[in-house]
Amino acid sequence: MSSGQNERREMTGAEMVVQALKDNGVKHVFGYPGGAVLPIYDEIFQQDEVEHILVRHEQGAGHAAEGYARSTGKAGVLLVTSGPGATNAVTPLQDALMDSIPLVCLTGQVPTSLIGSDAFQECDTIGITRPCTKHNWLVKDVNDLAAIIHEAFHVATTGRPGPVVVDIPKDVQFAKGIYVPPQTAPRTSYQPKVQGDLDKIKAAVELMAGARKPIIYSGGGVINSGPEASHLLRELVDLTGFPITSTLMGLGAYPASGKNWMGMLGMHGTYEANMAMHDCDVMICIGARFDDRITGRLTAFSPNSKKIHIDIDPSSINKNVRTDVPIIGDVGRVLEDLVRLWRASAKADKKALHPWWEQIAKWRARDSLAYKMNHDVIMPQYAIQRLYALTKDMDTYITTEVGQHQMWAAQHYHFEKPNRWMTSGGLGTMGYGLPAALGVQIAHRDALVIDIAGDASVQMTMQEMSAAVQHEAPIKIFILNNQYMGMVRQWQQLLHGNRLSHSYTEAMPDFVKLAEAYGGHGIRCEKPDELDDAIKEMIAVKKPVIFDCRVATLANCFPMIPSGKAHNEMLLPDEATDEAVANAIDAKGRELV
Amino acid sequence: MNAQLQPTGSAYFIAKETEKPENHTLSVLVDNEPGVLARVIGLFSGRGYNIESLTVSETEHEKHLSRITIVTRGTPHVLEQIKHQLERIVPVHRVVDLTVRSQELGQERPMERELALVKVAGTGEARVEALRLADAFRASVIDANTEHFIFEITGKGSKLDQFIAIMKPLGLVEICRTGVAAMNRGPQGM
Repeated sequence: MSSGQNERREMTGAEMVVQALKDNGVKHVFGYPGGAVLPIYDEIFQQDEVEHILVRHEQGAGHAAEGYARSTGKAGVLLVTSGPGATNAVTPLQDALMDSIPLVCLTGQVPTSLIGSDAFQECDTIGITRPCTKHNWLVKDVNDLAAIIHEAFHVATTGRPGPVVVDIPKDVQFAKGIYVPPQTAPRTSYQPKVQGDLDKIKAAVELMAGARKPIIYSGGGVINSGPEASHLLRELVDLTGFPITSTLMGLGAYPASGKNWMGMLGMHGTYEANMAMHDCDVMICIGARFDDRITGRLTAFSPNSKKIHIDIDPSSINKNVRTDVPIIGDVGRVLEDLVRLWRASAKADKKALHPWWEQIAKWRARDSLAYKMNHDVIMPQYAIQRLYALTKDMDTYITTEVGQHQMWAAQHYHFEKPNRWMTSGGLGTMGYGLPAALGVQIAHRDALVIDIAGDASVQMTMQEMSAAVQHEAPIKIFILNNQYMGMVRQWQQLLHGNRLSHSYTEAMPDFVKLAEAYGGHGIRCEKPDELDDAIKEMIAVKKPVIFDCRVATLANCFPMIPSGKAHNEMLLPDEATDEAVANAIDAKGRELV
Repeated sequence: MNAQLQPTGSAYFIAKETEKPENHTLSVLVDNEPGVLARVIGLFSGRGYNIESLTVSETEHEKHLSRITIVTRGTPHVLEQIKHQLERIVPVHRVVDLTVRSQELGQERPMERELALVKVAGTGEARVEALRLADAFRASVIDANTEHFIFEITGKGSKLDQFIAIMKPLGLVEICRTGVAAMNRGPQGM
């Protein structure tokens, strides 16, 4: 990776930053200049190996780096200035922490002599970002700088991936010191366990071989582990014949066209996935963490199953749900052993699974994703279905914002490959999708990158449209515009007597004119029979597009596990009358989310 | 379905805690670098864990290692989480739950000691009584004039509590306690 001539030579801190980025294989940096990072920007100006993508707000840089990271499997890098630059990056840092996305955030800092003096654009970046990073460093000596940046990349990308911050005072950027190339010996206190315990894996194989009602529940850890892990997951499903469901973060690890695919599980998951989770006798959780949106009411979560949990983070084990066979290790490595041991010892008794599959077929027959088609108004589900139908054979990447549109996208857009689906799961950050799409497009110049957006979310980071135009990133922003914060409105209907407090956006920009103002292309579509042509136009335009898709304003996202209910107490679309919706959640739930 | 379980009416669950909270003493071996203590205590405040006592000092100068001793209170489930969450912190080398370890070794508790400095001011009978009691508690006088003593006392927390309580009516002015230092009995290291 490193060029030999640069090893151990003297250079300034700012030069070291750029050299260290090159030595860690960085091709793109998302950032925004400011006083405390000017020396680094000066170095960036004088080279062309590392391309800098200028955003319009540091939050945009962070989400773009996240999209870049999720779609490539490499670390996303952002460069921001001190004070407001750093604080604006906090939201994407926490987002990346919760979704285990490798980010390296370089922040400028006021000169070391001024730290603590309330200097202009000073903030305690390390203190502020400590709880929202995997680790962070303040560099006080230029001779430590190179080693710290190398370590930052190592920590961000290994073990359970996550965001890191390196805070670099301006005097350190100017100072001269000795550059050291990336070394292989990491610090002794950080050694993530990647290889699973073989005895535990054997116990898992035994449990799986005896299962009559098994289910595989996979998550974002499979994607993070790399393409090989997804490949092994498919192999495991084929070998065992087990049904498989996935979290929001794990979509694409197993193909949606696969015959064992049950759809997503959880609060807005399919009926068959949630019922199977509830009734199973053996659950194999692979790289997922029993999040509260997944489990429903914990005390009624899959009451009669033995649970196998594969995770690289020991703190995920037994955190929310008690596990019978915990396996700590990298999903890819563990699956390798698991598949090998299964081949050697267990023979899939697929006949024994027949009654289970018959039961699943009955649940499937409920068709829980069904909705009432309308010929005058575009139903949001229909919009996603048409978008899927018209883009599925292309090299497509999907990002989303947060809300109803995100759940509809997860339900109705079907993913065949990993790294094709970028969404804010853990933190639920509105405004994630547009900059994330920019990041994806920078990494995959010729791909079709679509941000499936909501009208409220997209306005949170709309300014990055300007960055997309500048960098000729032809992202497509497909807005399901219902003029409400749809998920907020849905919860107000469920929990608060349909009193729609501030969830209606009374002044909505003209998205077509807005697109044009930014130098992009705007499309509006209001009729179902015009939708296909409009989507085709969107795909054909070779510049950033804002697609204002006017959808039914009051559609609710179903199926749904109402708050406080178990997996087998789902509210299905055909049962969701106004009365059922109004009474779905009892009084106690109003205290909580 | 389990009919006796009451739904909370929310996607967040406040499960009834069936386990009883216990006091445990943790030893945490960390790299002695800036901010490491903030990482540890930030974890406790951020995740809502309790700190009953906290003691920190560098223990191996050449290796830049510090040892943090934390007395915390929680259910066994929470205590297991605390241990794993501490282990995630990059500069943390090892976390040992001394209380669990002592049980594994067939011992009742780890060895735990605390030091206190106790200032008592007064004259006459109270002053004589304070000195007499200090002697009974094996507290030593480290500073004195005709109107005050500073006692140094070492022992279990309960002994210190008792000593301080007794000194209260005898002119107690000021107390400083170190927090708990602890290790397990026996020849093995942590």
